[in-house]
Amino acid sequence: MNANAPLLQLKGVSKRFGPVQALNDIDFEVNAGEVVGLVGDNGAGKSTLVKTIAGIYSPDDGEFYFDGQPVSINGPGAAVALGIATVYQDLALCDNLDTVANLFLGQEEIAGGVGEVLRQLDEVDMEHRSHELLDQLSVTIPSVRSEVGTLSGGQRQQVAVARSLLGEPKLVLLDEPTAALGVSQTAQVLALITRLKERGLGVVVISHNLADVFQVVDRIFVLRLGTRAGDFDADQTTQEHVVGAITGAEFGEKPAGENRSEGER
Amino acid sequence: MSTPEQAAPTPVTVESPRADFLRRFLSGDLGFLRVLIILVLIWAIFYSQNDRFLSAQNLTNLVLQITAIGLISVGVVLVLLLGEIDLSVGAVSGLCAAIMAVFQVKHGWNPYLAIAAGIAAGTVIGLLQGSIFAYIGVPAFVVTLAGLLAWQGALLYVLGDTGTINITNSKIVGLANTFYSETTSWIIGAVAVALYAAANLWGYRRRVAAGLSDQALGPILLRIGVVAAAAIAAIAEFTSDRGLPLAALILVAFVAGFQYVISRTRYGRHIFAVGGNIEAARRAGINIATIRVTVFALAGTMAAIGGIMGASRLLAVNQSSGGSDLLLLAIAGPVVAGTSLFGGRGTVWSALLGALVIGSISNGMDLLNYDSSVKFMVTGGVLLIAVVIDALARRQRQAQGRV
Repeated sequence: MNANAPLLQLKGVSKRFGPVQALNDIDFEVNAGEVVGLVGDNGAGKSTLVKTIAGIYSPDDGEFYFDGQPVSINGPGAAVALGIATVYQDLALCDNLDTVANLFLGQEEIAGGVGEVLRQLDEVDMEHRSHELLDQLSVTIPSVRSEVGTLSGGQRQQVAVARSLLGEPKLVLLDEPTAALGVSQTAQVLALITRLKERGLGVVVISHNLADVFQVVDRIFVLRLGTRAGDFDADQTTQEHVVGAITGAEFGEKPAGENRSEGER
Repeated sequence: MSTPEQAAPTPVTVESPRADFLRRFLSGDLGFLRVLIILVLIWAIFYSQNDRFLSAQNLTNLVLQITAIGLISVGVVLVLLLGEIDLSVGAVSGLCAAIMAVFQVKHGWNPYLAIAAGIAAGTVIGLLQGSIFAYIGVPAFVVTLAGLLAWQGALLYVLGDTGTINITNSKIVGLANTFYSETTSWIIGAVAVALYAAANLWGYRRRVAAGLSDQALGPILLRIGVVAAAAIAAIAEFTSDRGLPLAALILVAFVAGFQYVISRTRYGRHIFAVGGNIEAARRAGINIATIRVTVFALAGTMAAIGGIMGASRLLAVNQSSGGSDLLLLAIAGPVVAGTSLFGGRGTVWSALLGALVIGSISNGMDLLNYDSSVKFMVTGGVLLIAVVIDALARRQRQAQGRV
């Protein structure tokens, strides 16, 4: 196994929906402890790329490497098993369940003893771990036992991010984590992203808000109409260049900030 | 820019317990309490018209009358929790009872084997319908509507020329016609209440031991007290007539068992997740198809068990077994008692309470010699009111941003 291999590497990934080429021959990589901003206009393929990595969509073509090993992600379960956690824009929380149930959904703790036969839930242990996790992330909600539907948008977003960390993932995918949030809650989520990076996790953040992106990311990957339109180091480029790559406005054949040409690979 | 960590914490509004209780009551989260009030009202009305309504004999009859429908409703609750509907449960209950009767009466099978064959038929039918729904994607409504017709036809086919099969086997007849002696009744009641109290108190003790003592002991003791009082009242009533019926015990055992499954096990949690937000459930790695198929299989199984109990009570299976209003009442019951038609909200207790409400209306109107025309209209009205309350509760939740 190559120690220098990226945490996740995609080679030549394509995805079609009928006549629409949503992703076209994408090469993409994330390293451990790196935050990658995934930007692009509406319909550029950002969500499709994230959903392909998360196993929601199966790619029509292309190769996946995780920790340098070739892998095939043929379902959400396979992605989770590899250590890929995803927080979707629509949060995908069950409003009729409480915070504890949502945090542990699909990976519930099972009680020991007689209850194990029937897969009885260990509610006490799950609630205990929920408190620990939420405290660690400085998330405040009124009660972990009230329905998630009763929480505010910011609280729901924080629950969703906290949920993604329960499985001790190596890579976290965040789809528009700040889209519906106010200023202070956005700051909390960005701080959370920095904390994920400090833990050595790879993080992919989809965002429309370049100001947010520039605050936390190390690298910016631009998609346009399903193809790679640029790959920038955040501290060596400007918002103008990124916007140029997003919209397709010309800054010359190779924008000055683009420093990761194909030849480097 | 200030560091994000220093950002102001989100203001948290904490409702007072009383305001919270009132809001939950009005928004339908406490449908359980609402249905108890409805039940008391219905009983008061019938009692004022005819005091025989609350006699021990009539209440025991009422319980025997609702056993079949209550058992069918247990399966219906599971399907409703998914946000789906099973229109075939009535026909399945009739067919499975007929299968049992044919094997036992015409082929001379051992009664237990015949019962097992009837129940297994229900499971297989449920598996079949669930698979067509889950894997082919035909809406459950249509699959089970086709099933309703097909299984009714199968019932006629199984019964053959005779049309009616009388059941005389003491084991099968005994299911709905066994009454425990006074002593045995009280022992069973005491054991049930003791188990309930022990489970609750043990759970509380574990929470306190783990430092999660936000739940007060008072409400738990109150709940145990209410259950104990209800059990004592019910057994006092049964023993002053023929004794605790085995049928009531079977019904309560299935209700309590399935309530445990949906509220305490991983499988039950996943049922709620699929009914609450199917996309979230799928992304959490829950196998949606497995949940759907097994839930429909359980609905078919419970329909068969209900049908067999019904046949045991009527001492026969005939061409109208499982027909008429059985299906609609089995679905109406849980909805009246607060299980949402929209999925993700409900309890198995609503199968029992709903059957009690609907059974009480039917029993009371029979007692007052109303025509079945009036009976149907009143039952329809009660169902409509319940569904309207369900829809209003859902709208209120949506207004609060809680779908």
